[in-house]
Amino acid sequence: MRPRLLTTGVALAALLLAGACKPSNLSEGEARVVATLSLAALPLLPADPSNRVADDPAAAALGEALFFDHDLSADGSVSCASCHQPTRRFQDGIARAIGIGEADRRTMPLEGVAWSPWQFWDGRADSLWAQALGPWENPVEHGGNRVALVRQVANAYRDEYEAVFGPLPDLTGLPEDTSPLGSESERAAWAGLTDDERGRVDRVYSNMGKAVAAFERTIAPVMTRFDRFAEAVAAGRRPEGEAALSDLELEGLKLFMGEASCVNCHNGPRFTDDHFHNTGVPAVPGLPPDRGRADAVAKVLADPFNCLGAFSDTTPEQCGEIRFMVRDGEALERAFKTPSLRGVAGRAPYMHAGQIATLEEVVDHYASAPEAPSGRTAIEGFVLTDRGRMALIAFLNTLEPMDGKASHVGQAPQEN
Amino acid sequence: MTSVPVPGAQEAKMKKLIYVLVAVVALAAAFVGWRMMAPPPDDLDLARSKQTQAGMFTVAIAPESEPVRQGPLHSWIVTVTTPDGAPVEDATISVDGGMPQHGHGLPTAPAMTAALGEGRYRIEGVRFNMGGWWELKLAIAADGRSDDVTFNLVL
Ligand code: HEC
Ligand code: HEC
Repeated sequence: MRPRLLTTGVALAALLLAGACKPSNLSEGEARVVATLSLAALPLLPADPSNRVADDPAAAALGEALFFDHDLSADGSVSCASCHQPTRRFQDGIARAIGIGEADRRTMPLEGVAWSPWQFWDGRADSLWAQALGPWENPVEHGGNRVALVRQVANAYRDEYEAVFGPLPDLTGLPEDTSPLGSESERAAWAGLTDDERGRVDRVYSNMGKAVAAFERTIAPVMTRFDRFAEAVAAGRRPEGEAALSDLELEGLKLFMGEASCVNCHNGPRFTDDHFHNTGVPAVPGLPPDRGRADAVAKVLADPFNCLGAFSDTTPEQCGEIRFMVRDGEALERAFKTPSLRGVAGRAPYMHAGQIATLEEVVDHYASAPEAPSGRTAIEGFVLTDRGRMALIAFLNTLEPMDGKASHVGQAPQEN
Repeated sequence: MTSVPVPGAQEAKMKKLIYVLVAVVALAAAFVGWRMMAPPPDDLDLARSKQTQAGMFTVAIAPESEPVRQGPLHSWIVTVTTPDGAPVEDATISVDGGMPQHGHGLPTAPAMTAALGEGRYRIEGVRFNMGGWWELKLAIAADGRSDDVTFNLVL
């Protein structure tokens, strides 16, 4: 019978189509990739040989106090936690950070930050401690100056500081507002110090950063629904109950690893390759052009607090990241660090200056792959259906913490 | 004279249509599957010891610590010999590479950092930031001659 034949054919075709698109099961290759994304695959916290107190609990306790201290700012109103709010995944939910003034970039979440070799959107700091020394003196963030900051620590944390780092140097007689980066008068005062005086101030200042870094090393990624699923998959079990993902979430996961090729950059258990890419994110009208990594290379090389500098606790041989970084080439133009996607659904807006408001628009951005304002985008675009968009977003939502709590703060297992 | 269609012919035509339909769908599914994992070519030469392009040297590479993981920086030992097996000393080696299927280079700038003797050299600062097929290209210069070789690695 002809009609029967036709129906059978159509049914067969539909079945095949469903086999290709309906994610009832993961292929072997997909299951392998899923296992690499699991929190269980997170490597031990990498050692930071440039910071000898990186894993000292007393240093972490001092660092925690400094992190929440508003007195380390120009007008007593700003602490690190003003922008990196512990109840909001250590970020602030606004497009561009506001401290003493407004920054040109978005506050980055800090969950798992100690696993990242480079800090800031452009990676202009090569350690967590070098990073922390930026905001305290940044005029739009804390707006402090080096001598005043160091004095404040000497006054408020003498015992805690000395227990970790040994005796504080003599700071008497130094001019009040003094910094190599501040206003003209602050810079003039800095130029007037002797080398020895500058060295003493910088020593205490770098130690403040090292204490904060020790604290930040305790901010570890937390378990998500996806991790339950991934653990089951990695163990070759069928994900059931709490570990199961819905059909839509699974479809999104498959897209993420497949046609949408998100996993090319958002890979590993933190969903980042820790590298810099130009993804064609639009510029913010009215702000100066932001060349990302292209401008950061010179900055990290010139930073007196980098791994190769006088305040680093290690030898140059251990400074692999800065020694072997790519220093030039078109790929650096407007390249920014791949952000982790853990907890991403709960922390709009997105991108380095909050250019994209919602996950829907993020997914559309990747599908349409617009040209970059400068340099060349690494994104190729893909065919996106309404269902595909929903699926990708549903999958990203499985990366929210299981208990809805903020990031876990606690000692992570160390690498020695 | 027009031909009168016989029922059998009609059915055969329909059957053919259905086969084509099924084939198209199967092909589409296969294509999606292929795109998804972008597997390296089946016949990829994964040898870790090779002749250089013009046959001047034989080069072997070995990671300093196994397994080679995606993410951390790692070092490789490169052993350079003449085709008849004599170690090549005083070579300089420069490193390049990338992912042919993604059109990008290495995420770091690895460099030769030591000559270890007996034709052995250390390359430091190699990182692979993505799973898949990577090329590691070594340009070797020694005794006023230079030649290069490309190794394939799959992560
Ligand atoms: C005014 C808001 C604000 C304050 C205050 C602030 N930050 Fe940030 N933080 C930001 C912004 C914005 C960025 C990204 C800046 C950039 O890329 O140029 C950032 C980036 C970072 C990063 C990099 C994370 C990564 O993944 O690369 C770390 C770590 C960090 N801040 C820690 C701190 C610490 C420690 C303090 C206090 C000493 C601090 N921040 C104070 C807004 C702030
Ligand atoms: C070529 C590397 C690359 C690919 C492929 C890629 N991303 Fe990204 N992603 C990045 C980078 C880099 C940024 C930050 C860009 C910026 O701020 O300029 C980013 C930012 C994001 C953000 C914003 C996170 C935040 O905290 O601001 C989301 C969400 C995101 N990507 C999801 C995806 C999804 C979904 C896909 C697949 C459709 C994808 N990415 C593919 C590199 C990539």
